[in-house]
Amino acid sequence: MSHPLPLNNQDNQESFVLNLGPQHPATHGVLRVKLTMDGEYIMHAEPVLGYIHRMHEKMGENRTWAQFMPNTGRMDYLSALSFNHGYAALVERAMGIEVPERAEYLRVITVELNRISSHLVWFGAFILDLGGFSPLLYAFDDREHILDLLESVTGSRLTYCYFRFGGLYNDIDENFVDGTREFIKTMRERLPMYHNLVTKNIILIKRLKDIGPIPKETIRKYGATGPVARGSGVDYDIRRNEPYSIYPEFDFDIPVYTECDSMARYMVRMDEIEQSMRIIEQALDKLPEGPVMAPKVPKILKPPKGDYYQAVESARGSLGMRAVSDGTNKAYRLKLRSPTFSNLSLFSEVSEGMLLPDALALMGSLDLVIPEIDR
Amino acid sequence: MGAYFKELFSGTKSLFVGLQITFGQMLKPLVTQQYPYETSTMTPRFRGHIELIPKEDGTNKCIVCGMCMRSCPSGCITVAGEKREGVKGKVLTKYRLDFTKCSLCGMCVESCRPGAITFSKDYNLASTRKEDYIFDLLKRLEEKAK
Repeated sequence: MSHPLPLNNQDNQESFVLNLGPQHPATHGVLRVKLTMDGEYIMHAEPVLGYIHRMHEKMGENRTWAQFMPNTGRMDYLSALSFNHGYAALVERAMGIEVPERAEYLRVITVELNRISSHLVWFGAFILDLGGFSPLLYAFDDREHILDLLESVTGSRLTYCYFRFGGLYNDIDENFVDGTREFIKTMRERLPMYHNLVTKNIILIKRLKDIGPIPKETIRKYGATGPVARGSGVDYDIRRNEPYSIYPEFDFDIPVYTECDSMARYMVRMDEIEQSMRIIEQALDKLPEGPVMAPKVPKILKPPKGDYYQAVESARGSLGMRAVSDGTNKAYRLKLRSPTFSNLSLFSEVSEGMLLPDALALMGSLDLVIPEIDR
Repeated sequence: MGAYFKELFSGTKSLFVGLQITFGQMLKPLVTQQYPYETSTMTPRFRGHIELIPKEDGTNKCIVCGMCMRSCPSGCITVAGEKREGVKGKVLTKYRLDFTKCSLCGMCVESCRPGAITFSKDYNLASTRKEDYIFDLLKRLEEKAK
């Protein structure tokens, strides 16, 4: 497919450049998209990144392994615990630290809670992009319960720094298990309400059905993962394909839709909320007693020389962390493969020839978190 | 043609179902907290900026080992101490926290062997001056003891 050059008047048509962002409500942060428009139609879209680049990878090289932990919570501010998990698991793999079983269960419970809260924010913000305001308020009401639960355990509400190499910062308190069960009960009652209010709404269906189709080949070409890939019929989830932690012990489905449109991606995330609740329920039932921190974790970490990689499934897709250690107390190189970066890169190709409001619906369905793209 | 009318009917119905839910919510209890008229209590594990734990006599437990200073990823802690006659070990003379750089990770609290520091529950810290976020924790402890 040939890309029309920006400002290249093809067939003597008038085209103009439209700047979407870097401060635009629909770009959810500081993403700028340079759109070459032909009237209401997009001829070419060019995402411009780097407005919130903070050199997290470089910061990983000039501080000790443990000191990089708070950074991981600040990349993807909506599912910070997934990033915590990825980095903790990476260093544990490098050091060969065994994590106690209770800690692994609590990691899964908190990460899945975080995934639900992330999807709830996406749900609210996505409908907001499409012009509906009230679903956001319902979503934030439910998210508030999760944030309260996580705050009581981790001490923070958004940028968590809860996982430690070999376990957790602290054990859960006595109210956490009951509170989580209570939340799942109310959330199960709320989900049908979401579907009645939003999913079955004719306006939403008209805005999303057959809009922004992403073919399977495009997914493969750009390495898109997570709900974006699963909405296009690519049955891939790190939790099952490259199992880590104790995910193999749980019985859960991975929702896959083959319609490839924005509606499919919407449905994948709504189903994932249900599946995450299933995982949390099973984990709460099986939650063993015991320590939450591995004994004898060295104070000064010096992983042996080598190249280590660990992938986890964040709320947005496959998050890969690669560390090269030269045997010192600092990483020689820390590479972060963030899911949304790949998910965004297909936007340019897919949005070609689309109407601007449809492209915004497509962009919303990609679930972009800009600090994670720029890192 | 039949499909058109079917969609028209189901579409209109979906809008009314949505309206019903919205009106139903009007009868539900309020969930919004009217801050600042109401404030929520912070959970015991809430992480505010760090502070020194007072002993019964109002002094602190710090042994000036400097572990918090070294473990801090952002270098926001400065401690200093001196030898005093008749006192075993060092005595803390300065504990400065630059809260503008702090990310509340808890590495300092974790690494503190005598357990001299903890998280405070302060969260109303809005200010327009940078100096307001540079805390002298020793002074804060003295003021608290009064």
